Amino acid sequence: MSVGGRVLLLHLGIVALLFAAQFVLPAYHHGAAARILVLAAFAVGYNVLFGYTGLLSLGHAMFFAAGLYGAGLSVFYLGFGAWGALGLGILSGLLLAFLFGLVALRTGGVAFLIVTLMFAQACFLTTLYFNEITFGDQGFVISRQLGPLDLGLAQFPFAEPAVKYNMALAVFAACFAGSLLLVRSPLGRVLVAIRENEPRTRMLGYDTWRYKLLALVISGAMSAAAGATYALLFSYVGSTFASIQYSIYPLLWTLLGGLGTTIGPLLGTGLMYYLVDVSSGLTSAYLLIVGLALVVLVVWFPKGIMGALRERWLPWLP
Amino acid sequence: MAAVELLATTALNRHFGGLQAVRDVQFSLRQGEIRGLIGPNGAGKTTLVGMISGRLRASSGGIAFKGRDITRLKSWQRVALGIVYTFQVTSIYPNLSCYENLALAVQRRLPGGLAIRFGGGEGAIAGRVAAALARVGLEEDRDRLAGELPYGHQRLLEVAMGLALEPELLILDEPTQGLAEGEIAQFCTLVREIAEGATGATVLLIEHNMEVVLDLAERITVMDRGAVIAEGTAAEIQGDAQVQRAYLGT
Repeated sequence: MSVGGRVLLLHLGIVALLFAAQFVLPAYHHGAAARILVLAAFAVGYNVLFGYTGLLSLGHAMFFAAGLYGAGLSVFYLGFGAWGALGLGILSGLLLAFLFGLVALRTGGVAFLIVTLMFAQACFLTTLYFNEITFGDQGFVISRQLGPLDLGLAQFPFAEPAVKYNMALAVFAACFAGSLLLVRSPLGRVLVAIRENEPRTRMLGYDTWRYKLLALVISGAMSAAAGATYALLFSYVGSTFASIQYSIYPLLWTLLGGLGTTIGPLLGTGLMYYLVDVSSGLTSAYLLIVGLALVVLVVWFPKGIMGALRERWLPWLP
Repeated sequence: MAAVELLATTALNRHFGGLQAVRDVQFSLRQGEIRGLIGPNGAGKTTLVGMISGRLRASSGGIAFKGRDITRLKSWQRVALGIVYTFQVTSIYPNLSCYENLALAVQRRLPGGLAIRFGGGEGAIAGRVAAALARVGLEEDRDRLAGELPYGHQRLLEVAMGLALEPELLILDEPTQGLAEGEIAQFCTLVREIAEGATGATVLLIEHNMEVVLDLAERITVMDRGAVIAEGTAAEIQGDAQVQRAYLGT
């Protein structure tokens, strides 16, 4: 089988497996999986920027939060339906990423990192400052305002676990497919080239600034799609999701699963979620266990799980 | 063939702090010629072509390409016009395969805009990459990581990337440095092919290996301490007293 066929089959297989899993998972893990899928979509978006384009961001919480608040506020105050809210959430993240990129991409390297961090903190503080609208870190719940998911033929209430799971899967699959298409396209090739050697890429005739802006917008839009879906499915919108914690998470998930691999973000998000889940059941010092696991990872698998697999056995992995 | 001027610089200057790397250089190239650019180390050759290719900004002076002022254009815009620079220190993507290295150059020249960038078009890219690999004899290395190639082959890959950009002006910065004898001969044949015919590219060759320069270049420009001190055919240059001083000292 050609490499392209193998890659397609693997990714389709993963989505099919995730779809089938909902029929066998016990209730608790069913709910956890829905949450993981939404967060994995966030990680996929993050990976487009850091893993493939080589731009390290410590401010992706702002894009996740833009989606979360864009969707949440429009449901809470404007009575938007699920689709409208999702659309507005994605649009908020996309717009934020574009405007942010116009300013931040004038820098690179460590300076870029600092600018992302500062902008994200500014966004976080904004959600606290306007607490009359956002209810600050207390947040607000949108389950009373949010109508069921309208698919034309039928209506599905968001309280149903199956609706949560499949909506989460759909959004994840869209981002997953999007990232696969992107990295296997000529456009993705240019992004990787920028990661590997930006000055050389400019001397091949590419306006690297524009490509970086595009990568940032795609990454921001995916992160916002995850944020908007999170608000719709779990019904809660609060400023915690704009805090630095949610900028660090996608970095850890991606590093754990494998930077610059299409499957890594999903794997990393799932593993980390359960690592926290299991270890916090054992001890209140669960962050110590998580920290140790990360140290082991960095020392023995610096390229993450999928990165190590690709290096040793499966060089065709995208 | 009528002598059409492809490139001309006027009073080009560049200083780095107090160091004047290039001083008042008037330099022009005829379409289709192979020009040698020589001079002792630190003469300003790489700085001059850096300004021509847009890697460096001129401190003052102007550059015209096909009659159009390009002094303020960015490097990537100049590549679009057909000015292609291959690096003195091999600058390929060592972690990518030879195929990916060349595809990056090839797809830059494919028409079709967004449709090409987002997919499709891979067939057309693959075809041209195969042709580009064949041109420098690297067909066997298609899927190898570029960083694993022997040095001479890395240089050939670099030149192939330059060629895939379909240059009108190809600037080769010390291309034979580190090549073995046989590779040099192969390389000279390649450069001659590049410049041949009505659609042939103009080649500007910076080179320390005098045999290569004398073999390839129709005219030679000599720089010393930031200025052009002589220009002419190989015989004229060899007889020039100033050139002898620059190379041998007084």
